Amino acid sequence: MAEDVLCPFCGCLCDDIKVEVEDDKIVGVKRACKLGSSKILGHERTKAPMVRKDGELVETTYEEAYDRAARILKEAKRPLLYGWCSTVCETHKKGILLAEEVGGVIDSTATVCHGPSIIGIEEKGLAGSTLGQIKNRADLIVFWGANPAEAHPRHTLRYSSNSSGMFTSEGRKGRKVIVVDVRETRTAKNADKFLLIRPGTDYEVISALRMIVAGKGDLVPEKVANVAKADLEEAAAMMKGAKFGAILFGLGMTHSRGRYKNVDNALSLVTDLNGFTKFVVMAMRGHYNVAGFGQVSAWETGFPMSVDFSRGAPYFNPGETAACDLLARREADAMLVVAADPVSNFPRKTVEGMADIPVIQIDPFPNPTTLLADVVIPSAVCGVEAEGTAYRMDGLSLRMKKVVDSPYPTDEEIIQNILDRVRRLGDDN
Amino acid sequence: MIIKGGFVYDPKNGVHGEEMDISIEGGKVVEESRDGDEIDARGMLVMPGGVDAHAHIAGAKVNSGRIMRPEDGRRGIEPRTKLLRPSTGYTVPNCYAIGYRYARLGYTCAFEAATPILESRHTHEELEEIPIVDKGALTLFGNNWEVLECVRDGDLDKLAAFVAWGLSASRGYGVKVVNPGGGEAWGFGGNVKGIDDPVPNFGVTPREIIRCLMRANEILGLPHSVHLHTNNLGKPGNYETTLETLKAVEDIAASCDRQVLHVTHMQFSAYGGTGWRDFESKAPEIADYYNRHGQFTMDMGQLIFGSATTMTADAPLEYGNARLLHAKWSNHDIELEESSGVVPLVYGRKMPINAIQWAIGLELALLTNDPWQLIMTTDHPNGGPFVNYPEVISLLMSRAKREEELATLHDLASKRSSLPSIEREMDWNDVAIVTRAAPARILGLAEKGHLGLGADGDVTIYDINPTDVDPSKDHRKVKAALAKARYTIKGGEVVSRDGEIVAVPQGRTYWVDASVPEDQAAKVRADLVEKFAKYYSIQMSNYMVQDAYVTHPRVVKAGVI
Repeated sequence: MAEDVLCPFCGCLCDDIKVEVEDDKIVGVKRACKLGSSKILGHERTKAPMVRKDGELVETTYEEAYDRAARILKEAKRPLLYGWCSTVCETHKKGILLAEEVGGVIDSTATVCHGPSIIGIEEKGLAGSTLGQIKNRADLIVFWGANPAEAHPRHTLRYSSNSSGMFTSEGRKGRKVIVVDVRETRTAKNADKFLLIRPGTDYEVISALRMIVAGKGDLVPEKVANVAKADLEEAAAMMKGAKFGAILFGLGMTHSRGRYKNVDNALSLVTDLNGFTKFVVMAMRGHYNVAGFGQVSAWETGFPMSVDFSRGAPYFNPGETAACDLLARREADAMLVVAADPVSNFPRKTVEGMADIPVIQIDPFPNPTTLLADVVIPSAVCGVEAEGTAYRMDGLSLRMKKVVDSPYPTDEEIIQNILDRVRRLGDDN
Repeated sequence: MIIKGGFVYDPKNGVHGEEMDISIEGGKVVEESRDGDEIDARGMLVMPGGVDAHAHIAGAKVNSGRIMRPEDGRRGIEPRTKLLRPSTGYTVPNCYAIGYRYARLGYTCAFEAATPILESRHTHEELEEIPIVDKGALTLFGNNWEVLECVRDGDLDKLAAFVAWGLSASRGYGVKVVNPGGGEAWGFGGNVKGIDDPVPNFGVTPREIIRCLMRANEILGLPHSVHLHTNNLGKPGNYETTLETLKAVEDIAASCDRQVLHVTHMQFSAYGGTGWRDFESKAPEIADYYNRHGQFTMDMGQLIFGSATTMTADAPLEYGNARLLHAKWSNHDIELEESSGVVPLVYGRKMPINAIQWAIGLELALLTNDPWQLIMTTDHPNGGPFVNYPEVISLLMSRAKREEELATLHDLASKRSSLPSIEREMDWNDVAIVTRAAPARILGLAEKGHLGLGADGDVTIYDINPTDVDPSKDHRKVKAALAKARYTIKGGEVVSRDGEIVAVPQGRTYWVDASVPEDQAAKVRADLVEKFAKYYSIQMSNYMVQDAYVTHPRVVKAGVI
């Protein structure tokens, strides 16, 4: 039995998982949610490296796959290195080095996830805390455009609405929960106050709350985005009346109309609320280490995502240098996808951009991106078959464990092999 | 390697500008080297490698600064080369720029000033990426629940055992205390207002926290003393809190030959006035106290005009800054341990407060008679980035330069400080002390900051001849020479030559392993098991920084047994 294993699924990065191992095989998982268990127990794997020949993916050796990948990246004029959310920081470091070496653009899945949140933070800063601070102190939780009941199943019990701690010994009973969403989610059903807003109106609703909090509620109309003013006033009063409040927001805020401006406004609401009481705010990050890529990229390049190395020095301009920008403009002429599935998550126009260029995939599992890939390199599952660092949604770094051996190389080893070959190709020229 | 014929300043060993050779072999200063390498340093200034004892260079708040400030990242950009990674940033440079820029200045060692235990893994991830310099991190203890409870119970032995455990868990080097009690109060949006203001929910005062941590520090005989960021930092009138704090610990003795307390970035703690309108310098009062109390040391926290990114574990201070300046504000509370904040700002020459703050830093340095009580810092990047050290040194060495600068500032800098009347100009020996010998001694780094036998082979050669350059008049030459060392030598290897980085060795990370009696350690463990079960959001087994994050450790032993 391996104890205190970290779960390589969502941004909760639960670190209390028990994994039963027999004969170096995982036979049981305890404490994890369904999403986490299913990843730790494992499912269909890509068995061997593959390269596309005459339109078909055929099995090959790692050596040939590395060679092909290195040649593609070396020959490309505008290579895009994308993904990184479901692998460890040690892989990110190698990936950034590879991007420097080939003069490419490196970007993470944040670009189609909490990228707007990061841009909001660039505008306003972020008043946050670790999750344990919320567990121990928060008497008010606001889930905004987030549905942890489905997406982060253990969040409420471990860290937020249902957790208990030093000043929150009554757990859920001693807390109020507000949910703001466009439909009545499972999370909303557990709320003390639910604000059902019209899709795409987050900005207006936040602005109205800011007005009421600032004592200028008389200027707010009777209805804002289908929400009665009285409901907004009640929510604002709950916020101001809390001893410690937390707004936890999800993609409902970042990917509805207004995008980073919604986040900017929400961060400002939290700053305003700190004039009355204690309030923090946090993005409910999706994959277990998407936050880690932002951290590593920031300390290595100065910028958290969408970094363009074509000039030799980092250049950061989301809107121009994000993965989707490059693909939509048909600018990228090769793409490396590591530990992510853009074909399932990208806008159609950008996926069409992927179809026309060589794509290299590094991933333990086949996914829709595999269908477009020209080189497929299977890897060990980080956190189960390989150790390394991951950053939880609150920015806390933890070390993931290796529970069983793997016949597959780690993501880090694969990138290193490609990097070595790229350098050799450079020496030959 | 032999460094031949330079004018050597090695204050610790009583060498004051004598022309002599320095030999290095196996990374250490030796009697005689046989490897044949020779550097001609005739007509040049030779000093030990610089030591920065207080800078914010690694960890969560530094990275928050980078993430919230892309406009800063776009300054100071240098592309990669065959040898170097790219550089970005001015106040919050990326890791590579930090290492390269220190090396260009002739610095070979730098300490991160504050890491919470819980987030030390992150701090070490960044320290590992900083090339060339040796480094370490000071661990935050001043708001930790276990500390507050030991203080409340008056259990000093248990507190010492916890400090030892915390240093080991964080792979930390010393005890950092920031606005003691205030960080805990900030958990519910409050603060403490002075050293006798009780901490909510814990029934202890900042006075008790500081005293107990200092005594625990001395029980363990740690190489560094407690490193204190005072209560009320940054507020008008706070010099009274600072003096009250110092008076409150006058009876505590150091366990070894060093200071008993280091008060950091004193510039921010030497303010008079009842508000911003009558804000004034109280540096003379602080310096006068220091001149009568040799057991205390300080670093300057000099302000540099232009862009800065303030970052500190003093979260309520940062909230105040953000409100005052309508600036971007990041905050980060760390469960059971600390809080912190980050606010970017610009210091203006014509801003009365900033101009007075600038004068205060210089007053403190020049009015404190014994340079061994002083470290030259800018509290990077709070007062300004460390790349401005040559500016600060040239100000300390030249009254003419100070007068030139004062003429460009708001006139309150002259009226509300004593700077215009200060005649003192530091000499090269003073400079070698406040940038090398004193920080090494204050940190307790025996092999740093001097060039005696067995010292680390870290040497800086500046292209300036102390016998024919008068720093008082030729301050431009001084600044230019210090900004680009002719040679920076780290562990016997030339790492920088005329501002060009020529080698990028991996530096070592200092941390302190302090032993405690097993019964005390067991008491601490029992407390922690309960805290992890009830309050922390992670498992105790995943808490400690693993060895994988400190690949080149330099472990300093201390402790009770």
